[in-house]
Amino acid sequence: MLEIECPWCGACDQSEFSYGGEAHIARPKTPADLSDQEWGDYLFNRENPKGWHREQWCHTAGCRRWFNAVRDTVTCRIKAYYRMGAVPPEEDGR
Amino acid sequence: MKHSALQIFRQAWSSHRKWPRTWSSPEPKPAYDVVIVGGGGHGLATAFYLASEHGIRNVAVLEKGWIGGGNTGRNTTIVRSNYLLDGNEPFYEWSLKLWEGLEQSLNYNVMMSQRGVINLFHSDSQRDGFIRRGNAMLMHGADAKLMDRDELEKVLPYLDFDNARFPVLGGLCQPRGGTARHDAVAWGFARAADQLGVDIIQNCEVTGMRIKDGAIDGLDTTRGFIGAGKVGLAVAGNSSRLASMAGLRLPLESHVLQAFVSESIKPLVDTVVTFGAGHFYVSQSDKGGLVFGGDLDGYNSYAQRGNLPTAEHIMESGMAMMPCLGRVRVVRHWGGVMDMTMDGSPIIGLTPVTGLYLNGGWCYGGFKATPGSGWVFAYTLARGEPHRLNAAYRLDRFSAGRIIDEKGVGPQPNLH
Amino acid sequence: MAALTAARSGARVIVADEQSEFGGGLLGTGIEVGGMVARKWVQKMVEALAKWPEVMMLSRSTVTGYHDHNFLVINERRTHHLSNPASLMSRERMWRVRAKQVVLATGAIERPLVFTDNDRPGVMLASAVSVYMKRYAAVPGRSLVVFTNNDSAYRVVHDAIDAGVVVKGVVDLRDDGVSAAADAARCAGVPVYLGHAVTAVKSNFRGVKRINIGRLSADGRSVVAHKGAIECDVLAMSGGWNPTVHLHAQSGGRPVFDETNACFFPGVSVQAERSTGACAGEFDLSLCLVRAVEAASEALRQVGIDPVTVDTPGTAQHSEAPLRALWSIPGDPVMPRGKKFVDYQNDTTEADIRLAAREGYRSIEHVKRYTALGFGTDQGKLGNVNGMAILADALGQSPGAIGTTTYRPNYTPVTFGAIAGRAVGEVLFDPIRRTPMHEWHVEKGAAFEDVGQWKRPWYYPLPGEDREKAVSRECLATRQSVGILDASTLGKIEITGRDAAELLDRIYTNAWKSLSVGRCRYGLMLGEDGMVMDDGVTSRLSEHRYLMTTTTGGAAHVLNWLERWLQTEWPELEVFLTSVTDRWSVTSIAGPKSRELLESLSEGIDLSPETLPFMSFCEGHVAGIAARVFRISFSGEVAYEINVSADQGLSLWRTVMEAGKPFGITPYGTDAMHVLRAEKGYVIVGQDTDGSVTPIDLGMDWIVSKKKDFIGKRSLSRADTARANRKQLVGLKTENSTVVLPEGAQLVNGFSSSRPVPMVGHVTSSYFSATLGYSIALALIKGGRARLGGTVYAPLLDGQLIKATITEPVFYDSDNVRQRD
Repeated sequence: MLEIECPWCGACDQSEFSYGGEAHIARPKTPADLSDQEWGDYLFNRENPKGWHREQWCHTAGCRRWFNAVRDTVTCRIKAYYRMGAVPPEEDGR
Repeated sequence: MKHSALQIFRQAWSSHRKWPRTWSSPEPKPAYDVVIVGGGGHGLATAFYLASEHGIRNVAVLEKGWIGGGNTGRNTTIVRSNYLLDGNEPFYEWSLKLWEGLEQSLNYNVMMSQRGVINLFHSDSQRDGFIRRGNAMLMHGADAKLMDRDELEKVLPYLDFDNARFPVLGGLCQPRGGTARHDAVAWGFARAADQLGVDIIQNCEVTGMRIKDGAIDGLDTTRGFIGAGKVGLAVAGNSSRLASMAGLRLPLESHVLQAFVSESIKPLVDTVVTFGAGHFYVSQSDKGGLVFGGDLDGYNSYAQRGNLPTAEHIMESGMAMMPCLGRVRVVRHWGGVMDMTMDGSPIIGLTPVTGLYLNGGWCYGGFKATPGSGWVFAYTLARGEPHRLNAAYRLDRFSAGRIIDEKGVGPQPNLH
Repeated sequence: MAALTAARSGARVIVADEQSEFGGGLLGTGIEVGGMVARKWVQKMVEALAKWPEVMMLSRSTVTGYHDHNFLVINERRTHHLSNPASLMSRERMWRVRAKQVVLATGAIERPLVFTDNDRPGVMLASAVSVYMKRYAAVPGRSLVVFTNNDSAYRVVHDAIDAGVVVKGVVDLRDDGVSAAADAARCAGVPVYLGHAVTAVKSNFRGVKRINIGRLSADGRSVVAHKGAIECDVLAMSGGWNPTVHLHAQSGGRPVFDETNACFFPGVSVQAERSTGACAGEFDLSLCLVRAVEAASEALRQVGIDPVTVDTPGTAQHSEAPLRALWSIPGDPVMPRGKKFVDYQNDTTEADIRLAAREGYRSIEHVKRYTALGFGTDQGKLGNVNGMAILADALGQSPGAIGTTTYRPNYTPVTFGAIAGRAVGEVLFDPIRRTPMHEWHVEKGAAFEDVGQWKRPWYYPLPGEDREKAVSRECLATRQSVGILDASTLGKIEITGRDAAELLDRIYTNAWKSLSVGRCRYGLMLGEDGMVMDDGVTSRLSEHRYLMTTTTGGAAHVLNWLERWLQTEWPELEVFLTSVTDRWSVTSIAGPKSRELLESLSEGIDLSPETLPFMSFCEGHVAGIAARVFRISFSGEVAYEINVSADQGLSLWRTVMEAGKPFGITPYGTDAMHVLRAEKGYVIVGQDTDGSVTPIDLGMDWIVSKKKDFIGKRSLSRADTARANRKQLVGLKTENSTVVLPEGAQLVNGFSSSRPVPMVGHVTSSYFSATLGYSIALALIKGGRARLGGTVYAPLLDGQLIKATITEPVFYDSDNVRQRD
């Protein structure tokens, strides 16, 4: 049972959350202009890293807000949380 | 040395001091015709069939740890071919046929036990789904039979028929399905491949791929560079990682699937049974332990350990199906890393890199596919093109939309 | 000591202990602590701890799992020791604990020695012999021999003498000049055989009778001289101690091998935990107590609490001489008979491990799996370290190089019942959802169907009716007069906000901005993969307010789906979603008489087709209850869905039933609903689709907008999705019109006894239509639209072959006259 820190509600048990997979896969603005391959890449292909993974979670049984987390896929340690639309912590230069 | 009754007698006479090694552990050669990455069931089976079916014997199997140490050694050992879709059923049926003759072809006891696999259903719509699947299996030449509640009460008297939240209405049975001893499968293939001249190299981790002009040249490993004419990846949960060494992104997520074993109890479950109103399936090992499992933990993970919420759901489902389990004690649980594809079906075939072949995306159905997977992968490696049976499993099916989605849940790997 | 330190410093503490009383190893010794017998000191400590309100003392409670994020599972056994437990008391309790800091003081487990015949009854661990005598005042025998490689087992000598047991000798594997312990034993008149080993154990049906001992060679690999036999009935053995590093390892730590103590110590902590005492490899009691206070203090500091100083008591324990790690003890040099057991539960012997190594099973994991070492219920707590060391010896490596197998939960076995807890049985396994009218359905003897968590009336059999008859009657009544259906389970989502129409436009395949207030429209939503995901009617309640309905099973998923797009992809849209499924009850009346019936009950509603045409809605009162009336139809008849507040649903239903008597109003269930809609060719998502079906496959091109983008649109033009020969929805009529195809039947083009047979499609829905007088079916058939009028066959499980003609999927009122009336 992981402990996940909802940016709105604070730390809660993982069973209150649902998982959304890899974050920052933006929906293409004009899908019609994409080739089958490019569309397929958006739809199916994933980084699936062993180590730090930026991913989406939703506090389904709480405030129902989606947010991002940076979690290690081996140890399950979570090192950062940030809201939708925010700059991922590693890249913001702080 | 061939295993036989006479051999056992002979060896006993010399106090078992003269048994040879099951497989040798040679030093890696500078180069091979084919290098298989991953010494699990699939990798070893591929090497065996390359040598036995296609005469390609200058083959190495590289394993980062110990052979059979990945999902081959952490599954619930179920063998079946009860699939629905055209892309799947012929392949799994061929695999099951190979299982049926495996002990003879390997000269190794893999403890294959065709005790039957029964999937329970609890609603009209589930029954429709199983009728559809059962019919498809029969049309493909596999075996299937639909069992109603009365028949089930005779075969599985321990189910909760009367006071269940989701009463059992019937089940789809594949009598030829069953279980096999997982470790023995890896060892049997290793031994047979070794005898045909394949080099099985343990404790050898691939750290990089060398690609020249769009074609594979060889592999950097913890034991030095190994040249390769062709490379086949059979690394289950680590497929994405290995593919990324060749600059490829795959339609995969790695997830943890848990498995459990109980203390040994007297014979109770003499088939494989799956619950239709929750995530639970169970069989009983020859030692008497109930071997069971359920659903994924639900988030990307490379940790070979499970988490509690899923374990709780599995126990709850187990007791909903078989209330008599309440006092049975669970001894141990563990996790395996599954490479979950976006349509729940595997990928066996070519990649954009010439000479690099991929066998992965087995989700949680890899064990039963072991011989079939090795067989078609060996064919694909030897001929440079897929066999009819794995033609549907090509990597580029995703962009074309030619998906093989048994469960029909769309591109959500944690739901397959 | 650690708990007391934490408690006094003001922390909330749980002390979980596996045994029935606190004290651990101290309970079975005669050692003095703080000037009193250990047992007494333990009692004082427990009393001191109990005074702190924030200290929870759990005995009979095993920490069985140490999971990620410092989450521990404690299995408390509550009634096993009671002869008459209260009837409602749970047998076991699982404590799920999120600890800020964990101090592991799990002690150590004594290791057996691996020697010939070490499985005979009467061969016991030295500590076990002590526990019997010191804790339970029971002697396991009358004459004792101790066989050891370390000092700790000498304690049993004195414990035994205290208990009046004759100690015949101590056989110590270590060579001369060992220790004070040996001298103390000699002073007590016990012969000590240094540098000797037990080479054989003779036993009869009552257990051990006699042991043989012999002089060891200097390297310990052989016995150089037979020393003689000693008569005894108990042999206490000690091969040293294994720190209980299981929880440390479960938490992610990697135990490391300590050569001096020949055992695995905890490695670097990965989570917020620390080991102290014997489980950290500290075997000196005084030091253990000091270290415990230190460990607690460190844990407290980590969470920002200043630890108070706590004095530790002195003990009378002496320092010990090092042990001699001799993993496999040679047997009788002349007659080497008997087995040396490593794993007592699985009968794994030393010879098995060596054989495995010879056969090439050289990883400890291979050996474990080949010999079943450590597979028992003790999960190798007794035998694993011995086994690893023997393998190391066989391979000429050090035990540290071999490493351990993985320590996994559960530490000790836990029952299914304890983990499942209360979530069992008919009521608590999964929540049951019932509609407000449920009670009425039960009164009328409805058969129920599980739809997700909902209980829905399936059909309402009259006395003597079977399912088929009941469904036919319900269908006919609805087509001829009026039927009533409880449609409360349909998912309902209220969508409000400036951009609500924009959201609908992006989610549904058709256009929504043109929908005027008061009107309803059918919509189909796809996954991003282009496959049909859900459908339903959405109504525009006011300018920026819509009510979306979804399938019963898809309600939660659709809400999450919309919410996800809004939050993660389209934050610029101002839209708010509220699930109102449980807020409204829905009574649906359908049939040619439904308008007349509703007119008799409604106030302030003009039901004339001009004012309330098909696919529109109005608000008013029905039977005096504020209601929204939607004129939508899933049966093809004139139909109204009356939504009232859930708490008034039953009341409305009863009133409608009463008012409907003159029309012969007939309640119908999901089965009749399915037949009625199939006659009209309306699909049910999830029954006629399976996640691989596009709207084009369903022949619903008319609902797919060419102009705008929507979720899933791009996928429809992919090579395979745009293919002509895809499975398409068609109707089927069987040659023999009374034969009903089974749903799920596969379809083929002709008879063939060979296998495999190419399948061209399958039956998705199939019923006998009482209205039409023949059986109808919906099917997905490859290129089916181009095969209208053609023939397919359905081979059944029993060998029958049913012939059917491919038709349009609409069987009844194909011009939709009736529902628009």
